Amino acid sequence: MKFQIEDVTVYFPYDHIYPEQYSYMIELKRALDAKGHCLLEMPTGTGKTIALLSLITSYTLSKPSNPVKLLYCTRTVHEMEKTLAELKLLHKYQLENIGPSARMLALGLSSRKNLCINPEVVSAENRDSVDAGCRKLTASWVRALAIENPNIPTCSFYERYEKAGSDAVLPPGVYTLQDLRIFGKDKGWCPYFLARHMVQFANVVVYSYQYLLDPKVAGIISKEMQRESVVVFDEAHNIDNVCIEALSVSVRKQTLEGATRNLNRMSQEIDRFKATDAGRLRAEYNRLVEGLAQRGNLPLGDTWLANPALPDDILKEAVPGNIRRAEHFLSVLRRLVQYLKGRLDTDNVEKEGPLTFVNAVNSHVGIDQKMLKFCYDRLHSLMLTLEITDTEEFLHVQTICNFATLVGTYTRGFSIIIEPYDERMPHIPDPVLQLSCHDASLAIKPVFDRFQSVVITSGTLSPIDLYPRLLNFNPVVTRSFTMSLTRDCICPMVLTRGSDQLPVSTKFDLRSDPGVERNYGRLLLEMVSVVPDGIVCFFVSYSYMDAIVNSWNETGILKEIMQRKLVFIETQDVVETTLALDNYRKACDCGRGAVFFSVARGKVAEGIDFDRHYGRLVIMFGVPFQYTLSRILLARLEYLRETFQIKEGDFLTFDALRQAAQCVGRVIRSKADYGMMIFADKRYTRHDKRSKLPGWILSHLRDAHLNLSTDMAVHIAREFLRKMAQPYDKTGGSGKKTLLSQQDLEKMNGGIEGMMF
Amino acid sequence: MTDTQVVKRAKYKSSVKDPGVLGELKMTRERFVFTPYDGSSMKLNVEFRLIKGHKSSKEGNKRPALLNLTQDQGNYIFEFDNFSDREVCRDFVAKCITLYGSENEQLSSAEMDRRIKLLQEDSELQKLHKQFVMGSVLSETEFWATRKKLLDVKDSRKAKQRVGLKSDMIFNVKPSSDGQSNRVTFNLTPEMIHQIFAEKPAVRQAYLSFVPNKMTEKDFWTKYWRAQYLHSTRNIVAAAAEAAEDEELAVFLKQDPILATEIRHKIRKVDPTLDMEADEGDDYTHIPGHGLGTESSKDELEAQYEPFKRSFLQDINRHAAVVLEGTSVDVETAGDTRCVAEALAASKRVELAKEASDINAHQGRSSRMAEIEDLQAPHDPPLAPLSIKDPRDYFDSQQVIKVMGLKSRMSSSEAYASLRVFISEVRSVGLTDPVVRPELAVKVFNGLTQTISSSKYQLGKNPHESILDTLPTLTKDELLLHWTSIQELLKHFWSSYPITTSYLYTKVSRLKDAMSQIYPKLQEIKESVQSDSRHQVSLLVQPMLQALDAAFAHYDLDQHKRPPNGYN
Repeated sequence: MKFQIEDVTVYFPYDHIYPEQYSYMIELKRALDAKGHCLLEMPTGTGKTIALLSLITSYTLSKPSNPVKLLYCTRTVHEMEKTLAELKLLHKYQLENIGPSARMLALGLSSRKNLCINPEVVSAENRDSVDAGCRKLTASWVRALAIENPNIPTCSFYERYEKAGSDAVLPPGVYTLQDLRIFGKDKGWCPYFLARHMVQFANVVVYSYQYLLDPKVAGIISKEMQRESVVVFDEAHNIDNVCIEALSVSVRKQTLEGATRNLNRMSQEIDRFKATDAGRLRAEYNRLVEGLAQRGNLPLGDTWLANPALPDDILKEAVPGNIRRAEHFLSVLRRLVQYLKGRLDTDNVEKEGPLTFVNAVNSHVGIDQKMLKFCYDRLHSLMLTLEITDTEEFLHVQTICNFATLVGTYTRGFSIIIEPYDERMPHIPDPVLQLSCHDASLAIKPVFDRFQSVVITSGTLSPIDLYPRLLNFNPVVTRSFTMSLTRDCICPMVLTRGSDQLPVSTKFDLRSDPGVERNYGRLLLEMVSVVPDGIVCFFVSYSYMDAIVNSWNETGILKEIMQRKLVFIETQDVVETTLALDNYRKACDCGRGAVFFSVARGKVAEGIDFDRHYGRLVIMFGVPFQYTLSRILLARLEYLRETFQIKEGDFLTFDALRQAAQCVGRVIRSKADYGMMIFADKRYTRHDKRSKLPGWILSHLRDAHLNLSTDMAVHIAREFLRKMAQPYDKTGGSGKKTLLSQQDLEKMNGGIEGMMF
Repeated sequence: MTDTQVVKRAKYKSSVKDPGVLGELKMTRERFVFTPYDGSSMKLNVEFRLIKGHKSSKEGNKRPALLNLTQDQGNYIFEFDNFSDREVCRDFVAKCITLYGSENEQLSSAEMDRRIKLLQEDSELQKLHKQFVMGSVLSETEFWATRKKLLDVKDSRKAKQRVGLKSDMIFNVKPSSDGQSNRVTFNLTPEMIHQIFAEKPAVRQAYLSFVPNKMTEKDFWTKYWRAQYLHSTRNIVAAAAEAAEDEELAVFLKQDPILATEIRHKIRKVDPTLDMEADEGDDYTHIPGHGLGTESSKDELEAQYEPFKRSFLQDINRHAAVVLEGTSVDVETAGDTRCVAEALAASKRVELAKEASDINAHQGRSSRMAEIEDLQAPHDPPLAPLSIKDPRDYFDSQQVIKVMGLKSRMSSSEAYASLRVFISEVRSVGLTDPVVRPELAVKVFNGLTQTISSSKYQLGKNPHESILDTLPTLTKDELLLHWTSIQELLKHFWSSYPITTSYLYTKVSRLKDAMSQIYPKLQEIKESVQSDSRHQVSLLVQPMLQALDAAFAHYDLDQHKRPPNGYN
């Protein structure tokens, strides 16, 4: 369908539209017009992504003189694929309706691991080895050598891509990662470098958060994006955590040992070069004197992760004299590593600010703040000079330099915490030194500054006023949309008591109580026999899930559950989890039915949909609080209280409830879908907890469902499923319209806008 | 047959324990006659036709020489003086029975069982069987001849059905201990072994290579459970230490290498919207030492223990995956452990080969379409395709009737020509052409809807009710019974035409008699019902009567055309 929002003709690839999608578009358009940032919360299952995509692409189409580029950031690669699939649908529709002028280039961008098509390289296990494998074949000096000596292997795809030069372009279209690989195979061009190149020209780029938020990655990928771009962070409820992680480093014993090995290897290399090619080291020295920390335009194959500090904070001056010579720099690093070793060797928990730490470093081993700050760039330069290609071996020293640069750059919003052992296992020594960032606004600030519009959107952004404070920005539009439902297709319940009427909770003193474990087991067992197809269970942590599954196994509850449905479990091994998910879907498709056990802050909860028959019921076992005794969390809470006046309890509850809401929101994808949500913990009845749930869940949480025991919940589930099985009128009947057609919209435009809300 | 009769001295016994009555047993080709010497009333005279089989006792010094002739109900046991007499009689009986079998269709006991089972399952069929076969309107063979398909189809379907794997993990058992000593006992069933082999290819592999050359089966399983026990203690260090000492045990303790390669194959075919492995590639915050220490980095163990890390959760996932894949090995063979292991290994190899061959087909991993259903009008109106199971069935029967109908007046060449025309017609037009002429179909359809709608009108709007439900149960049952029996009779009646043998002739007259008996009964029903529902009953009875009338008319016509002496 096609309709008008003010001066923009919106092309929407479906025959109908939900009213909230329509108002979402209106708000979004206002933000684009104002060239400002916006914060939009819209329930899951109302087609956020397609509304966003169709408005922004239509906006570009209707203003051909001033096209905006869309940078769409997703949390995960599979969400990237989903988004691109929707975009494909939209693009097809626009081409049919407008013709060739609607052509655009849209592509997904990921790491070499996901895009490489060289079979020898891509078979490597992890990303770092793929990166290194690629570098071994494509580094400029390797290729230079290969010209003289044909026995040195190179990558044929990269060579052909280079040879094609400026002819190597992607024709307009929508490219998923898979499409890019196929295209690359057809042409014999390297899809990774092709995509990296085409990103500058594309109308829509879909990539991961980190490509914008993590300065190391953003520095090489996103530095050339123009200001006239719209940046969208989808599923952004966790964006503050991503920002914090991007600027945090942790150092362990193994890291330091590895770094020492790396330094030894580097000094051997330096000795070798001194004997054979002393000129190279001298040339590097001269370059550093001139102040070029980076060698200007590096060949494409040589780029490395960029400086971990934010672009505005990087000094544009010469590298200090005492680390210009390679041997001097190495000895500085050795001293730093030695110092860190000494600090790790402690019996007490220590916490200090970056300033104190830098002063201590200076007084103990004589490394000043400026030297620390330049560590990362200096290391980068040295590695290039030494022509090191097996970069995955050098991750340890890289981590140390990362740490040094960050600690030398920032004085606020960070703290250094040294823990001799994990709080939960005091008998196992596991010293760790962490530089943890507390201020989420640091990492995202350059994004707000650089781009004209940043859209932060998710199904759960409640309370919505907290995000501008956490991220320190001023949105021009802040809206939270409710869901207009044709029928009550979601059924949230709060279960407080087990079948024996005893309270259930994952509170610390209750969680390992066998009675609670049994009651949780009985709840699942009852539900498994009532609910058809798929059931998803979320637990508060891996360790809790492991414990409860083992306990269920011992008491025989697991066996009984397995007699009714197959059980699949998320483990910390992603490959296994992926296969388990795939099998879970197969089991739901073939009608056997299955249960999926997952973890509230795990990867599955982040981006896998359990829509339709893949999830008819979600059970959230417990309240997914963070581990409150963690020093890092405590430090962050302290920082939040001092800087933003956010109370600790409020933040913890907010954080736990957004995770819970995120988990249960996975079940519903459209209004034709239906699902139940059980919050199984007595603490959910309390108003301060419950009220932090997003509005669209709260509005369906009936008072009668606030304090249930297992038998009552089973009864409600039976009733609900029976009701949902009945046929219904999709358009919402005569009353409130929940599905709008083109005529409806035209009629509405004549009258007063937004009257349906 | 060399001798036409056998006479032997024997005792007739009503049961094995019974002392029996001494007498003379005389066997001819048709029957056997037993005459007791004491002249009591125990004289037997039985046709071999009724004898279904025979059994005999084992030969032995002190054992009695028994011969047991089995019948549908009951049996006849004879004890002979010696085994040689018994042998002679047994051979004779065997010959006689096979003789009747060839004439009368010998039924294997399996087929008999199947028929009995069918009858037991289907009470309606049983009623019909009772009415016609017992009432000797139809013979047993005739009755079943029209139901050959029922017998066959059932049979083939049964053979094809494979038993899936159970959802629960049966091998995940706890040992039973006697509580006194430190010994524990595990009970292994073939089913468990099957599951273990299916889920743990390394164990299967180990079994094939170790047993019986290197160790006995018992030792093998003892080692296996030892390894399981070590896992359950969750002490990786201890497990590694034990594995270092015992390389066979290490096989069970280490991670499964066969599974690992399998997993690598599978991950390439996963739906990209689920592929979380790809995320790793993009996740720059989780490179070692970067980002905040998370839960996962906590239990980082030294590399030497890495291969021994295995969790119960993994086992559960693996189990569910195997159950979903289904079993490719017949559980029947589960008796022999080695067979199971080999069969599983072979089926895996086949699968791998298949995968390798269609790896190209799978290159485009398909992602689930991202459409939102209810925003879109449904793509097509819902249609159920018309399913004629085997169109040839229809045409064959049509052809036969046509050709048969023409037979009397046409020469064989004409018939051949007409057949050719039909065939070419089918060839050119194809089977997609409407099987029934549309005008005719519309007429029938209209007629049907009219009757349906009129009765619906009378009944109100409840769709679940039909006319039948308004009638008294007795009448309803009677009507239904008549309807099925008329159908059965008509089926036989029409399939007997054209009458070519005397056998068919008698059959038709038998059928006609049976039908004419039903006719007045229907009239009776019609009159017996109360006046308010009489109209509806007559509506129901009418088509039955019409069908019967048509049959009678055809019968009379045929009778007239036939020369009076016909086949009589």
